[in-house]
Amino acid sequence: MASSETTIEPNAPAQQAVAPQREVMYRHTVAVRLTHWINALIIVLLLISGLRLFNYHPALYWGDYGYNGVPSLFSIAALEDIDTDEPVGVTTIMGHNFITTGVLGVAYDLQGEPVAGAFPKWLILPGGLALARDVHFAAAWLLVLNGLAYLLFGLFTGHFRRNLVPSGAELRPRHMLADIWNHVRLRRQRGAAARHYNVLQKLAYVIVVFVLLPVMVLTGLTMSPAVTAAVPFLFDMFGGRQSARTIHFLVANLLVLFVLIHIVQAIVTGMFNNMRSMITGRYVVLPEEGK
Amino acid sequence: MSLITRRSLIAGGSAAAATLVSGCDQNSLLNEQLLRQILDFGQLMSLHAQRLLLSGQPLVREYTEAEMSPDFPPNGTERPSGIAYFRHMISNFADFRLTVDGMVHKPLSLTLDEIKAMPSRTQITMHNCDEGWSAIGKWTGVPLAHLLQTAELMPQARYIVFHCMDEMVRTPDNSGFYYESIDLFDAMHPQTILAYVMNGKALPVAHGAPLRLRVERQVGYKHAKYINRIEVTDRLSHIAGGRGGFWEDRGYQWYAGL
Repeated sequence: MASSETTIEPNAPAQQAVAPQREVMYRHTVAVRLTHWINALIIVLLLISGLRLFNYHPALYWGDYGYNGVPSLFSIAALEDIDTDEPVGVTTIMGHNFITTGVLGVAYDLQGEPVAGAFPKWLILPGGLALARDVHFAAAWLLVLNGLAYLLFGLFTGHFRRNLVPSGAELRPRHMLADIWNHVRLRRQRGAAARHYNVLQKLAYVIVVFVLLPVMVLTGLTMSPAVTAAVPFLFDMFGGRQSARTIHFLVANLLVLFVLIHIVQAIVTGMFNNMRSMITGRYVVLPEEGK
Repeated sequence: MSLITRRSLIAGGSAAAATLVSGCDQNSLLNEQLLRQILDFGQLMSLHAQRLLLSGQPLVREYTEAEMSPDFPPNGTERPSGIAYFRHMISNFADFRLTVDGMVHKPLSLTLDEIKAMPSRTQITMHNCDEGWSAIGKWTGVPLAHLLQTAELMPQARYIVFHCMDEMVRTPDNSGFYYESIDLFDAMHPQTILAYVMNGKALPVAHGAPLRLRVERQVGYKHAKYINRIEVTDRLSHIAGGRGGFWEDRGYQWYAGL
């Protein structure tokens, strides 16, 4: 007994030097975690129902009016090759045509049969227009209520000020470039730097929370004839009802881009650790390298 | 691109109708009761929030002639089938009568000329289809409020139901005709009119001749066309499917301000 204790003791400090005690911090409050996962579900519902709605009139215009026959900025159509009778998916962006069969305009079902439809069936809410409208509007209400709860929390607890708003030092070009270089190398944050969001992360969250999501809500409201009766300024703000619809679609794409990058980042910077911190709040801070 | 001809649009109103019922069935996997409650919550929130927003009864934006869209696609039926409507068409609606009945003290039966002799309102407004497109047209018609005041509503009157001449679905009991309904909040709005002139000409058949509703704060399917009877009522449950409209009976929202 006594001899074994003496063999361990000299080793203990040496082990600590190689692998110091891992530090667990409480990273996400209950409010942030709860609103985050509710929001994630809502965004999925809004996206699939929104694409279902888009498929009923898969063209985007600028100004107040827009319908079949008015030149569009963007459209997706299912045409037919007259030689083979095969359907062809054609996406038109600012007058330039692209054949997008298999992805947009025409997709293939499980039996390999071509199916016409702007966005493919596997990506959109099943059912018709009435259900898509119901789901989209109910989810939009939940987005607003959940968003308001998050905004109130963020304002009153100082979450925005402490964790989201970048400091002046962080916004200096030298720091920004260093952070971009860290992202390019997919480098994980360690030590003190891992205890808070990095500057690109802060900017992404600030833009999503304070710019993109409010623009989505406002452009959505601009499409409502009842809302614009009370607030006609919305037309002037976005350049007309069809412009608002176009902006709604473009910003939805930016949000999808954000979510994809967000998911990739969550995986490459330690999926298990990130998921645990977003579910239980606890986050393991990696020690500084070379210490 | 020369090898390819443009055939038809991917989805139209009739396609929407076809997928509608099956859409509800496909979701039976989910807890339908709960799902329905969440969806109804969304509808209820929209109705109450928008009614609050519109409590001052503001007018929708009206446009100048220069801002009108060069064309205006017809919404829904483009020509009612059946000999009765065809006779009206070829006689230029000479024998047409609009009936106003139900919970009114003075039921009306009006010819088109009598309606045109009533006070009229002309407005250039935007039409919003629930599929996403919009067009701007110029409408002239009699304010619905004037018609209802002439017929003198009973105190218990709550809903205005528009019965139409276009039969959407053939049924033995003739219940497949298009119909729509609004409540007094929208019926009494100054821009809610029964239009008989569109873009300076007699209302075309494709747009609902001889009379169509303009209810500017709601989307396309609420704007009933080919109206020949206005029924004033205190509830909607006794008419057709009981949900206040042809599309409403098939899953669409009764309130369509968005």
